[in-house]
Amino acid sequence: MDLQTWIYLVVGATFSLYIGIAIWARAGSTSEFYAAGGSVPPVMNGMATAADWMSAASFISMAGLIANMGYGGGLFLMGWTGGYVLLAMLLAPYLRKFGKFTVPQFIGDRFYSQTASTIAVVCLLVASITYIIGQMTGVGVAFSRFLGVSSATGIYVGMGIVFAYAVFGGMKGITYTQVAQYIVLICAYIVPAIFISISLTGNPIPQLGLGSSISGTDVSLLAKLDMVVTDLGFGQYTTSTAGSTLNMFVYTMSLMIGTAGLPHVIMRFFTVPNVAAARSSAGWALVFIALLYTTAPAVAAMAKLNLHGTVNSAVGLVSDPAGGIKVDPVAIKANADVYATEASLLYEARPDWMKRWEKTGLLKFEDKNGDGRIQYYNDKTKNEVAKGKAEAAGWKGNELTVNADIIVLANPEIALLPNWVIALVAAGGLAAALSTAAGLLMAISSAISHDLIKGVFMPDISEKNELMAGKIAMAGAIVVAGWLGLNPPGFAAGTVALAFGIAASSLFPAIMMGIFSKKMNKEGAMAGMLAGLFITLFYVFAHKGIFFIKGTEFLGVIGGANPFFGITPEAFGAIGALVNFGVAFAVDKFTKEPPEHIQHMVESVRIPRGSKAVDGAH
Amino acid sequence: MQHSHDVQGYWKATLGLLTKILIVWFMVSFGAGILFADLLNGIKLGGYPLGFWFAHQGSIYIFIALIFYYGKAMGDIDREFDVHED
Repeated sequence: MDLQTWIYLVVGATFSLYIGIAIWARAGSTSEFYAAGGSVPPVMNGMATAADWMSAASFISMAGLIANMGYGGGLFLMGWTGGYVLLAMLLAPYLRKFGKFTVPQFIGDRFYSQTASTIAVVCLLVASITYIIGQMTGVGVAFSRFLGVSSATGIYVGMGIVFAYAVFGGMKGITYTQVAQYIVLICAYIVPAIFISISLTGNPIPQLGLGSSISGTDVSLLAKLDMVVTDLGFGQYTTSTAGSTLNMFVYTMSLMIGTAGLPHVIMRFFTVPNVAAARSSAGWALVFIALLYTTAPAVAAMAKLNLHGTVNSAVGLVSDPAGGIKVDPVAIKANADVYATEASLLYEARPDWMKRWEKTGLLKFEDKNGDGRIQYYNDKTKNEVAKGKAEAAGWKGNELTVNADIIVLANPEIALLPNWVIALVAAGGLAAALSTAAGLLMAISSAISHDLIKGVFMPDISEKNELMAGKIAMAGAIVVAGWLGLNPPGFAAGTVALAFGIAASSLFPAIMMGIFSKKMNKEGAMAGMLAGLFITLFYVFAHKGIFFIKGTEFLGVIGGANPFFGITPEAFGAIGALVNFGVAFAVDKFTKEPPEHIQHMVESVRIPRGSKAVDGAH
Repeated sequence: MQHSHDVQGYWKATLGLLTKILIVWFMVSFGAGILFADLLNGIKLGGYPLGFWFAHQGSIYIFIALIFYYGKAMGDIDREFDVHED
């Protein structure tokens, strides 16, 4: 069977599965719509959380990002997993005990203020909507790359599928589809990784392969990679960082706090039966996330070595014209000169997968020195030895531009895997984008129907009408998300960093103080949220423009780029969180303490017993 | 509903556990994975330089262990102070 048929078959089968689940899991009450009836077993919720969490970017782009960054890419790996420790211990069990449906509702009730709840709704909407734009464009990209349809068609199909299970099934439909989507995406990620690990190291477990020697030699894979990339003028793979150590530290912290504060992740913990389940479920979520997150660095390093080996025979890998790649143990140990004329691959002899990906524009070759060979190296290197060798060899600049996404997308083709594996990767990319989009849509629609319509405008709304309002809000959110995916605003690229910044600087500290500081009052919490939000937006907008509009940057006002100890705007969320905590405690000191019944509420939230009752223990 | 259980003691025990776990959480990621990574890279774990391993693999495994340990230890504290469910 040819590749296109396989892709239609596998993607079609997964989509039918999602729709089947949608029909089975319709929501009949608001509790089912918002929290899947509070009856999702912890392991299953862990799987759903993992699918919710791992977006199109995690699936398609993360390994490529790490391949480019090397050691410094670890900030994403640690940041996006370490947040679950915070979530498990500081937020999830207590929010589950609180026993309501949304994050703004907790903030509104705990700080006895509708204004506080409204601030939280605004933070939630901005964070979730900026995040969803990337998911919708991801759906379009996955469709257009794999199925050859236009990106717009892809987005319409994606909207239709999400509509089927999110509108009718709410959280219940979303949860069970996410479980299925997790299984699809993790198989799609791991199968090619196993193949590539075996072909390079003989070890079928990529996490162990990364720390092994290359097949038939005693040369460690990482040591070989370090040598090849430094020879070619790139930074040493296992030690290079993009910024300072301080920036990596703060960036990692921001991602951790932001992860724990993202509403679409937090709300998954409203769906488990009790407090103990919320604790263990966070652990299961991290197990399922870790399967991908510990595989990604192996894919990154191995695919990077493969790529260099494909275009430079001195690396010691042999590739046949069809694309398959094999280790040549003798050549690996020989460490031949990568600058030798014959080492660079003849453009005419490039493997088929390169030809295919050239058509998509993700791979570009420009023969700068006119020798018909591909020279792939760092022409901006500060490494004088590498620079001298390149000049002596007559190299006139890097000739190969590789989009980071290639690392995952072309992997099965580089390793010459059967067509069904490529089809699986297509289905996996779509599953990752759709599952995250659905989780975000749930966060958005529940904030509108539960926190705004029921909480502010129509407190007397009946359950039946609220359920209807929830479904309408969901449908509306899907249309808006689809529209944003079709017409991505110019600022789309930088927005995920903004979502983490907002979650870290406004929501996480407010929720945490709501649980851990019994005396924190509404004035403190609100002032903290606004201060954290303001300082973070100020710093980000100074670099990237007000609401990311080009030309409105105001770096002059703050004294140049990264003025705060060299910290980049993406890494600033943790500083915003510190400001939030500081302002909150200062204001709290000078205003009156929260009423008695609120302090009792905090005490009851801290204790697990009674989480199954509808309305707290007292 | 009874209020006989020692709420103060329970919260103190909880915070004690959280502090212990957060120290390990910090040490493996920010400590071994970032601040002391260069130093640890002198040690090899198979083909992995140790600091690199913590940043790309080890921290994540330890995070998982920490959450499950937390779940178990909290369960014990819950029962000790009689605030558990079921």
